[in-house]
Amino acid sequence: MTQTDAPQRPTHDLRADNVTLNYGGRDIVSNVSVGIPDGKMTVIVGANACGKSTLLRGLSRLLRPASGRVMLDRRDIHSLQSKEVAQLVGILPQSPIAPEGITVRDLVARGRYPHQGWFQQWSPSDEAAVEHALNATDTAELASRRIEELSGGQRQRVWIAMALSQNPDILLLDEPTTFLDVRHQLDALDVLADLNRERGTTVVMVLHELNLAARYADHMILMCEGRILAQGTPSEVVTAERMREAFGLEAQIIDDPVSHSPMVIPLGRR
Amino acid sequence: MTQTVPASRTTLSLRTRRWVTLFAALGLLAVVLVLSLALGARGVEFSQIWQALFAPEAGNNDQLVIRELRLPRTIVGVLAGLSLGVAGAVMQGVTRNPLADPGLLGVNAGASLAVVFAISVLSISNPTGYIWFAFAGAAAAASIVYAIGSLGREGATPVKLVLAGTAVTAGITSMISLVLISDADTLNTYRFWSVGSLASRNLDAVQIVIGFVMIGAVLAITSGRMLNLVALGDDLARGLGQRIHVARAIAAGAVVLLCGSATALAGPIVFVGLVVPHIVRPFTGPDYRWIIAVSAVVGPSLLLVADIVGRLVVAPSELEAGLVVALIGAPVMIALVRRVKLAGL
Amino acid sequence: MNRTQRIITGLSIGALALALVSIAVGAYTLALPDLLATLFGGGTPSDRFIVFKLRLPRVLLAMLVAVGFGLAGALFQSLLRNPLASPDIIGISGGASVAAVLSLLIFGATGLVVSLSALVGALIVAFVIYLLSWRSGMNGMRFVLIGVGIAFMAQSVIGYLITRGDVRDAQQALVWMVGGLGGASWEDVLIMVVSLVVLVPAVVLLASRLRMLQLGDDLAAGLGVAVQRSRLALIVVAVALVAIATALVGPLAFVAFVSAPIARRLVRGGGLALVPSALVAIVLVLGADFVAQHLLATGTQVPTGIVTGIVGAPYLLWLISTTNREGRAS
Repeated sequence: MTQTDAPQRPTHDLRADNVTLNYGGRDIVSNVSVGIPDGKMTVIVGANACGKSTLLRGLSRLLRPASGRVMLDRRDIHSLQSKEVAQLVGILPQSPIAPEGITVRDLVARGRYPHQGWFQQWSPSDEAAVEHALNATDTAELASRRIEELSGGQRQRVWIAMALSQNPDILLLDEPTTFLDVRHQLDALDVLADLNRERGTTVVMVLHELNLAARYADHMILMCEGRILAQGTPSEVVTAERMREAFGLEAQIIDDPVSHSPMVIPLGRR
Repeated sequence: MTQTVPASRTTLSLRTRRWVTLFAALGLLAVVLVLSLALGARGVEFSQIWQALFAPEAGNNDQLVIRELRLPRTIVGVLAGLSLGVAGAVMQGVTRNPLADPGLLGVNAGASLAVVFAISVLSISNPTGYIWFAFAGAAAAASIVYAIGSLGREGATPVKLVLAGTAVTAGITSMISLVLISDADTLNTYRFWSVGSLASRNLDAVQIVIGFVMIGAVLAITSGRMLNLVALGDDLARGLGQRIHVARAIAAGAVVLLCGSATALAGPIVFVGLVVPHIVRPFTGPDYRWIIAVSAVVGPSLLLVADIVGRLVVAPSELEAGLVVALIGAPVMIALVRRVKLAGL
Repeated sequence: MNRTQRIITGLSIGALALALVSIAVGAYTLALPDLLATLFGGGTPSDRFIVFKLRLPRVLLAMLVAVGFGLAGALFQSLLRNPLASPDIIGISGGASVAAVLSLLIFGATGLVVSLSALVGALIVAFVIYLLSWRSGMNGMRFVLIGVGIAFMAQSVIGYLITRGDVRDAQQALVWMVGGLGGASWEDVLIMVVSLVVLVPAVVLLASRLRMLQLGDDLAAGLGVAVQRSRLALIVVAVALVAIATALVGPLAFVAFVSAPIARRLVRGGGLALVPSALVAIVLVLGADFVAQHLLATGTQVPTGIVTGIVGAPYLLWLISTTNREGRAS
């Protein structure tokens, strides 16, 4: 998917240098070096438990590397102030918690926190950001509804709206399409694609659906057992050879007739 | 994990391990029983034990101590330990909560309230007298907690049961305090019962209660298969043909009978029900029939060891078994909590 | 006026009314005009004595400790994301009680020393629980469960201590443990005022961080909150609030447990409801204290903690019957 350079966003350089990540035990991600291309949609794929979510958390500063460094604009991301990073990098984790009874508008408004000072004055720019986010995700008419009342698809759009109101230059999302039906998966991904195209936001997502990933990604990172097996454009990464290596999957790769991205046809027994 | 796993599919090592565990536990219990009769502020020789039990000589003080003091104590310890261990295992199974303990279900509080009532209003002051009250109180409280926890659409879920138990316990504790604050005599009698001691019980008490313990144990063993299914979650269990309400009712019946008996015999004791199934589970695996069976053997060992320690540590006075169990049990529980990977409630 | 503001106004009016009634009614009841006159400088000497020496300190103390308990309960339950996470359940009150009973029974202390012991006990226990529940980060559930374990242990120790002393001492210990406002003095009020002056602004400053923490650790960190540090600060503040209040009046059962859930159900909207929690707590404590002093027919005064204990139970039972599978309100 070609993408024009959006002039309103400053460019950033987010990379991991020889990073090893673990949760206190076995290494989940081992000696990985990767750079996130600025202004593009990057998708991380791989089999279950290959380390994709862990890598994302490492990039977002949620997880401190056991060795190696994550650099944002050539500074160690862990040496920066939390709010400073939050204004530049946003993360939407896999199962976010919504406080009971909160309305859509309130939840989206919470995304403005990194931009507010000690005394939390609500400014017109905060208001505008929230409105913009609601409109971009098509959730404006849900604004005064409570989160519990919404369907899964609607809820996910609200979470994306919250991430939007945070207005980061880089947005990291961990499996934003889980539990959504096909229609809503596409909706959510389209919102993110629009965001990327119109505002130049760098988007990094973990997806487990290969074909969707190939369709929406400018850059793909294929992980296997804690290491990067391949990275590049979807056509470079999604090959029969790689599918066999990463997933143990026998597959035929064809050209998606609609989006012309590579499409995986698994060869099962039927 | 279905309940009827063909023998060939259970790993041989697990099967062997279970039987070895059971026999080891029985062996340990035998040793503990002897120690319970032998050890104490007054040292007696092991040879005296056999004689005291089977060929008593009149006038032998050692044998008297064994027969009149330690034997009842040991028997109470076995029954109470068995009841608590099994009740704890059943509770953890039915609530799917690895940290369930009879104390959490308000059982201790209910028994205590009934005993306070017996002491203050009816002026009963010997432990045998208020056994029935303890029993009734425990049963009533557990039933109330269970009934309330079952209100609402979902029935008795783990969260609701614990909340109900907490509410009932706290409310009852306030009522007890109300009485005790104004009635020093009652407090004086009650406070010794409330610590949880195996002493000063005679065998009359045991005779009254042993029937209930046996019925409770039978119900518990019956519930074992059902608990294996309940462990999979209500929906899956129903799908496999288990009637959830029946399982819960039988389990509740077992718990009420067993906890009531234990509290009636020894006063309110915490942690045994919590800790014993956890000690047992790594050796027996997750099959509740085995967990219950081995808990029935390990429970008495634990309680008696606590009693023995209490007798020796500050001899010639003693620490009650209930206190020793709490002092050991709390750190064990904390270690458990730290070790386990916890999801939110 | 939105819902929250309406609730706050309503609760404030209720609290004020209860306060005035509590000051007015008693063995010698003042009529409202006399009461108001006395409060504003006039009134007969005997009226002034009754109001300023006897009743006003008690009412003020009740309101102030209520704020302490109510806020602490709200903070703990939000921090630990758990309706069971109340300082009385998780052993902090237990720690205070053990220390207080120890000083009462073993060291024969009275008054201020007992209160100080309670404070130290609560702080030590809270610290221990925090350390024990730390394992590369803090987990709310672990904190609660370890606290429950310690609460059990404390109960047993107290049970043991009570069997060792003279029965009169035991009764005294029991009275302390139940919690009550009898014997409230202006010194107590002053201590609580100073504490709140320090702690309440801390709560206000930290509240926005707590609101972000409600969204989960990851999201909060992503939004720029220093998660572990904020949580530690909030716990310290919450423990201080409850420890000082407990030191002054004993562990008033259920107030911390119940105020925040009630406030949240009144206000809805998914926020922290800190001010409503404090107000609900004030109404609760004033009401319970009034009942404890006047409405029970036993003739003797009943400690307030007993009333809150007996009343709190039915509330919890209602909570249970309206809780669905995940433990959230339906």
